[in-house]
Amino acid sequence: MNAPEATGRFEADEVDAWFGTKQVLRKVNLLIPERRITAVIGPSGCGKSTFIRCLNRMHELVPGARITGRIRLDGENIYAPEVDPVLLRRRVGMVFQKPNPFPTMSIRDNVLSGLRLTGALDRSRAEAIAEQALRGAALWDEVKDRLGEPGIGLSGGQQQRLCIARTLAVSPEVVLMDEPCSALDPIATARIEDLLSELKARYTIVIVTHNMQQAARVSDRTAFFLTGELIEVAETDTLFTSPTDRRTEDYITGKFG
Amino acid sequence: MSETTLSPAAVAEPAAGAAGTGRKPAPRRAVRATPLGERFVAAFLFACGALSIFTTLGILGVLGYETAAFFSEVSIVDFLGDTEWTPLFAEKRFGIWALVSGTVLTSLIAMAVALPFGLLSAVYLSELAPSRARRILKPLMELLAGVPTIVYGFFALTVVTPLLQAVIPDLAGFNALGAGIVMGVMIIPMIASLSEDAIHAVPRALREAAWGLGASSLSTIFGVVLPAARSGIAAATTLAISRAIGETMIVAIAAGQQPRFTFDPRVPVETMTAYIVQISMGDVPTGTLEFRTIFAVGAALFLLTFVMNVFAQRLARKYRRLG
Repeated sequence: MNAPEATGRFEADEVDAWFGTKQVLRKVNLLIPERRITAVIGPSGCGKSTFIRCLNRMHELVPGARITGRIRLDGENIYAPEVDPVLLRRRVGMVFQKPNPFPTMSIRDNVLSGLRLTGALDRSRAEAIAEQALRGAALWDEVKDRLGEPGIGLSGGQQQRLCIARTLAVSPEVVLMDEPCSALDPIATARIEDLLSELKARYTIVIVTHNMQQAARVSDRTAFFLTGELIEVAETDTLFTSPTDRRTEDYITGKFG
Repeated sequence: MSETTLSPAAVAEPAAGAAGTGRKPAPRRAVRATPLGERFVAAFLFACGALSIFTTLGILGVLGYETAAFFSEVSIVDFLGDTEWTPLFAEKRFGIWALVSGTVLTSLIAMAVALPFGLLSAVYLSELAPSRARRILKPLMELLAGVPTIVYGFFALTVVTPLLQAVIPDLAGFNALGAGIVMGVMIIPMIASLSEDAIHAVPRALREAAWGLGASSLSTIFGVVLPAARSGIAAATTLAISRAIGETMIVAIAAGQQPRFTFDPRVPVETMTAYIVQISMGDVPTGTLEFRTIFAVGAALFLLTFVMNVFAQRLARKYRRLG
């Protein structure tokens, strides 16, 4: 399905988004380079989660929500009428704030769920795919002897890595992460952060985070949002050491937020 | 009232103060010193709860006593080993299976109608219907549950059976099929409403997880949402089966009153409930063996639904543990 040049490069162009009559994104223009980690930071309610939910067309699933503007993935407008959002989401995976493994499924079935739900599972390769995805999410060694046990029996951090494995099993180009560590303890958070730097060799990663230290630790580029606007985007080192906008500086030095 | 009621915190404070001065902490008895009014209310509420328990015990007592009297005259081996039920004939036979088969047959037909239609209605209402349609349709459907069962019974006898006879020529005027189908229709709202609640309670996070993996809305519903709602759906199904087993009026009117051990839906049958109606409304004198048969049948009916409920509770508990 993916063309050879399909690498997961996003370009957002004049993106506006609303919940009902409330505008939550204003004229956002942002380039997300392929195979790097882009962090999206900003105070609560700044539109950062909404923005990444526009990237896999999840925003429009909320009743009353809409979006205008263009978002191109590898040069192709994902809001063009001929684009099927269901197929798009197989290329742009998502990991959520709270670990949400499927409660009725075993660890193995959770990993394979994406392929099963889309009817794309090659049974003869199921075990290999599950192992590969679990290794990719740095969970294999912890669960290899109990793949048949329920996914919700794992710890919070393991559940979140299971959700990452589930996302990787569909072989997306992009992985969106909406505050993936906010429900986890520091050790589990550190494991996921380590994992991110491994994943960027193969995936474009966009991570929303409340935690500026986390953005500084894991990301290559950082975008700062405030009240629905993109204030500043730069290489992470640059943004945290010499921000050009006064509001960015105030936020990263803790004057508000 | 609020001044006289001591909260645990109010008690703890002076106790802590006492400890500070080196005296023993005050005992906690003050917490239990409830005023008379509250004790009266508590006793009243207990009596309300106890009323239903004592009623149940009373029913069980009568059922047990009369059933024991019945089995002092009829062997339980005949009761469970025979398939003919003819207590009013000169040659009396007491094979309960003739009635059990009628109950099981009509209930199975009812569930075959109610389960798919009820579940699909629930899916539609919860996942697919626009919110305005949902607001109109759900109460409308629940209205269906308010129709008196005698109306359903005559509907089965005078509308559904003639329609079915056009398709199945050798269908008897009284039959298990028509009664079962109409009973199923009656149960649809129950399954739909309870399942809809269960489906509605599935967290949005699970749906989003499935959508985020590229699942279509239909595969999300059938692959993720329904499995996650299965304990609620199982509970709805159990209640519906109990309702079908206990349903009386429809089967008494439309299924015929001929006890026979059969699983042929085209012929007249008699369910356990319909038999109890037939005897208690007829001219069988109380205290006779013939009259006592209804308690024996009632006990068997009770046992059947009891086993069902225990089974269902185990099922629900197992699912709850898994998810």
